[in-house]
Amino acid sequence: MARIDLIDLAHSYGGNDAPEETFALKPVTMTWRQGGAYALLGPSGCGKTTLLNVISGIITPSRGKIQFDGQDITPLSTQKRNIAQVFQFPVIYDTMTVGQNLAFPLKNRGVPKAEIDKRVAEIGRLLDLEPYLNRKATRLTADAKQKISLGRGLVRSDVAAVLFDEPLTVIDPELKWQLRSKLKALHRELDLTMIYVTHDQTEALTFADTVVVMHDGRVVQSGTPAELFDKPAHTFVGYFIGSPGMNILPAEVKGREARIDGHIIALNRAYDNLPANAKIEIGVRPEFVEVVAPTPGLLTARIERIDDLGRIRFARARLGDAKLAARAPAGFTSSDGTAGLKFDPAHVHVYADSLLVEGAA
Amino acid sequence: MDKTVNQKAWFLVLPVFLVVAFSAVLPLMTVVNYSMQDTFGNNQFFWNGVGWFKELLDPSTDLGGRFLASLGRNLFFSLVILAIEVPLGIVVALSMPRQGWTVAACLVTLALPLLIPWNVVGTIWQIFGRPDIGLLGYTLNAMGIDYNYVSNAVDAWVTVIVMDVWHWTSLVALLCYAGLKSIPEAYYQAAQIDGASRWAVFKAIQLPKMNRVLLIAVLLRFMDSFMIYTEPFVVTGGGPGNSTTFVSIELVKIALGQFDLGKAAALSLVYNLIILIVCWIFYTVMTNAGSERKPQEGAA
Repeated sequence: MARIDLIDLAHSYGGNDAPEETFALKPVTMTWRQGGAYALLGPSGCGKTTLLNVISGIITPSRGKIQFDGQDITPLSTQKRNIAQVFQFPVIYDTMTVGQNLAFPLKNRGVPKAEIDKRVAEIGRLLDLEPYLNRKATRLTADAKQKISLGRGLVRSDVAAVLFDEPLTVIDPELKWQLRSKLKALHRELDLTMIYVTHDQTEALTFADTVVVMHDGRVVQSGTPAELFDKPAHTFVGYFIGSPGMNILPAEVKGREARIDGHIIALNRAYDNLPANAKIEIGVRPEFVEVVAPTPGLLTARIERIDDLGRIRFARARLGDAKLAARAPAGFTSSDGTAGLKFDPAHVHVYADSLLVEGAA
Repeated sequence: MDKTVNQKAWFLVLPVFLVVAFSAVLPLMTVVNYSMQDTFGNNQFFWNGVGWFKELLDPSTDLGGRFLASLGRNLFFSLVILAIEVPLGIVVALSMPRQGWTVAACLVTLALPLLIPWNVVGTIWQIFGRPDIGLLGYTLNAMGIDYNYVSNAVDAWVTVIVMDVWHWTSLVALLCYAGLKSIPEAYYQAAQIDGASRWAVFKAIQLPKMNRVLLIAVLLRFMDSFMIYTEPFVVTGGGPGNSTTFVSIELVKIALGQFDLGKAAALSLVYNLIILIVCWIFYTVMTNAGSERKPQEGAA
């Protein structure tokens, strides 16, 4: 059980002298509180697994420090770091029974037998593995094997954090949901710090209370699922989270107005101090743009198709070269393939060089 | 769906039947035929029934004595080289590098002995071990160790065993290396996190993951060493005395030296049968070892 502090942590597979642009993990400083459920979310190759392996000690970072409860553990080996890790593919020891698998980490640490038996029974009960404790682990299904991997981590009472590296990749879809709820329940019951790496936003948003979004080796935003949705700090977050992702449109912004093709879109806040020479864009989630019949004064888009998702319909449209998704209200049809766009000013954000700009009230 | 019936297709299989008949079935049946008969040359044969087989299994007869003695030697030889080559091969595989240019260098170096023809291996060691001009023999004798594989049975055995270990340990090592390479990195990482010692990693991960290739290695090495002929024949010629006369050497002596076709045929049939049975036992035992339980339902 521990608070985890990352202090100016960075890693480069090419060594410390490589230019920072090539770092697999660019310098990051953040604190993960004890008992939190965190998700590291990002596409393949964004550095999330590198960060996880740095925390677990499989990789020694080329720069910076990691602290568990204020104690620097950067030089410590994986064995000495009291962490548990569940890998993408289940790792089980073939020749052992489920019970022996669970006992393995304790046996390696020379825990007395009576204590081992007690812990194994307890974890077996917690993970619903009781009926299988005396069976060989090889023949079990993938999800049971993943539970064993998890159990091997939980069996140590002193475990500081549990790390998950895309643990549901090989699990059948209907069991995924079950296992994920199991993880949530365990998190509530055991008060453990859990860090969950995934590229699946549904997994991240349902599992974690804080989602850390990574892009190109950098942590671009860390926040609750609602924050990520309402106020993406980076255009990447806006685009990556949500389905469909946020619309990002190049615009000229001045004061409380954004201008696209000479049409004015009202903004809720004033943006007078935008950096010069920066690439200015506005971002708005499809949920907050509505297509209406073409009206003078409104921005006009060409409708390409309308996706019916059941509870909501999204129009896929084109605005010049830019693609755009917008909510299509019930009964909306377009006679000539064009439509007007109505923006909700409260949810239009302004980005300079991909970073969110806070306007003045 | 209806199957197409076309009897002409048999003609396509006919060549295979012919080849197999001429290369395997007919020679084998000839051997079976010989094993029931006795000959005094001139292509004259006399029916002997199971006489040769009875003699073969009776140590008090000349044929039985020679056969059982050479069989004993051969089994002992196979046992010794398996006991050396399998652990040694595992150790070599474990100490091989996992990446970088050294991998290729190691693989090529290890493969070299495997590429040398049997009789050349025999000749190499025959000369290598000679006390007068051989580097090994000369050095040992210069160091004060009385070593002469031509006159001393123990020296002859040591030479033949060391030669086989030199020739074939690479095979076991390469097979084990392939087995080790197929273990995903996550297993080692998980073991690290679980605090496993080097020995525990070997026992819990590496050995179980290698057991399939080890089965193949043991089978191959057993069959090969049980049929060994060329190398000891070149080095010791079965001597001194009969001390390194293995079954195949005995067989050749009877068949081609004495031209006792009946005895040799009976011997070769029994020899063949032993190899089949031992291999079957090995295979059954080792495949069952990993799966003594029936497949089970997984935990939900």
